[in-house]
Amino acid sequence: MSFWRQVFEITRKDLLVESRTAEVVTMTAPFGAAALILIPLAIGTDAPLLSDLGPGLYWIVVLLFGMLVILRKSAVDGQPQRDLVRLLGIDPAARFAGAAIATSALIFTFELVLIPVLIVLYNPDFGSWPWLMLILPLVAIGMGLLGTIAGGVTTGLGTRVSLTPLLVVPLSLPLLLGATQALESLRLGRSILPWLVLLMAVDLALAVTGVLAARPLEEAVT
Amino acid sequence: MNAASPLALLDDAGLRIGNTVIIRRAKLALTAGEKVGLLGPNGSGKTTVLRMLATLLPPTDGSGTVMGARLGTDAVYTVRSRIVMVGHLPALYPELTLAENTRFVARLSGRAPAVADEALTMVGLAGASQRRAAQSSKGMLRRAELARALILEPDLLLLDEAHAGLDAEAIGLVDALANRVVARGGAAVLVSHEPDRLVVDRSVRVVDGVLEAA
Repeated sequence: MSFWRQVFEITRKDLLVESRTAEVVTMTAPFGAAALILIPLAIGTDAPLLSDLGPGLYWIVVLLFGMLVILRKSAVDGQPQRDLVRLLGIDPAARFAGAAIATSALIFTFELVLIPVLIVLYNPDFGSWPWLMLILPLVAIGMGLLGTIAGGVTTGLGTRVSLTPLLVVPLSLPLLLGATQALESLRLGRSILPWLVLLMAVDLALAVTGVLAARPLEEAVT
Repeated sequence: MNAASPLALLDDAGLRIGNTVIIRRAKLALTAGEKVGLLGPNGSGKTTVLRMLATLLPPTDGSGTVMGARLGTDAVYTVRSRIVMVGHLPALYPELTLAENTRFVARLSGRAPAVADEALTMVGLAGASQRRAAQSSKGMLRRAELARALILEPDLLLLDEAHAGLDAEAIGLVDALANRVVARGGAAVLVSHEPDRLVVDRSVRVVDGVLEAA
C-alpha cells in the first residue's frame, strides 16, 4: 500500500471517529465562542478597543481551545490501537501525517466556527478578507503538526494531559506571532508576505520534524 | 530464515523497565506448525512475552529473532505485517462500528473491504456489523478481534487471554483460528488462565518473569 494511501486511511479513520462524537463542533467550539463573548463583558463596550483587540484575542482562544482538540485527538489511540497500527506495518511517517492532517482539519473547523462570533462581537477590520482564508489554514496546519508531535512525545505518559499543553503553547508562539502580525498588517494595508513566509516556514519545519521523529517516537513507547 | 530455524526465538531475552525486571533470561523457541500455551498468574509477565514476540518490545538483555528478524533492529518492520496479536484489551475504535473497524484493518493491509465483511460473517457477527464497538459486548469485541486475525492470515498468532469472555462457540473459533494458522505453517501462542481449556502442543509457564516448561 502506498504511503499516501496509508495517510488517507488514517485521516479518514480519525475524522470518522471525530464525526461520531462531533466534540469539536458541539463542545469545543461553543466553549471557545463563550470565551470570546465573555471578554467584551470584562472589557466593556468600547467598540474601537474591541475592534483592535479582537484578532489577537481570537488567536489566543484558538490556541488555548485548540489544545482541547489536540488532547482529545491524541487520546483516541490507546496502546492496543497503537500496537494494531504498528503491526499492520504502517509507515510511522504516514501515521503522523494522517493524524496531523485530521487534527489540522478539526482546528480549521474550529477557527471557522469562531469567525462569525469574532465579527459580530468585535467587528475587526481585516482589510482584505481573502488573505484570511490563507492565514487560517496555515495556523491550523501548524497547530495540527505541533499537537501531533507533542501527542507522540507524551504518549503513554501519566502526565500527558498537563505535559502536552506545556509543550504546545510555548512552541506555538511563532504561529501566534505570524497570525496576529499578518492580520495587523492587513488592517494597516502593509504587506503580509513576511508573516506568511514565517507561518509557512514554521509549518514546514514542524512537518519535517514530525516525519523524522515519527518512527523513534513510535518505537520509544513501551 | 531456513526451514530448520525457529519461527521465533527468545535467547536469554530479558526486559527491564527502569529498575524493574519484567522478564529474566527467557528461552523460548517456536517452530512452524506449533501451538504453545503460555500459563501463569496475573502480573507474571505473559503479556510482556507476547509483546516481545510481536516485536513491539525489544529485549533489553539477551536477544531474539522473529521470522528471521532480530528483535530491536529495523528488520522487524519487514515481518510485523505477518504477526497478529489479540491483546486482552480490544484494538478497536469504540466510536466506529465493527464493520468499520475491520474494514479499516482490511484496507490498511491492502485487502478489499469485502474480506472484512466475510471475516465478520465467519465469526458470527454479520448481524451486528453495524453496531459500534462501544455498544458491543466483550464477547462480540473478542469475536471482532478474531475476525482481524482471519483477515490478516498471520504466520504468527499471539492471543492474550485467549478464552476470556467467550462462550463455547467462540472458544471453538479460537481453536479453529489457531489450527488454521498452524496448518499454513505458522505458529500460535495462546495465553490463558485456564490450562484445561487450552488445546496446544506444549505449554510454558511464566512465573515472576521466568519461563519454565509446564
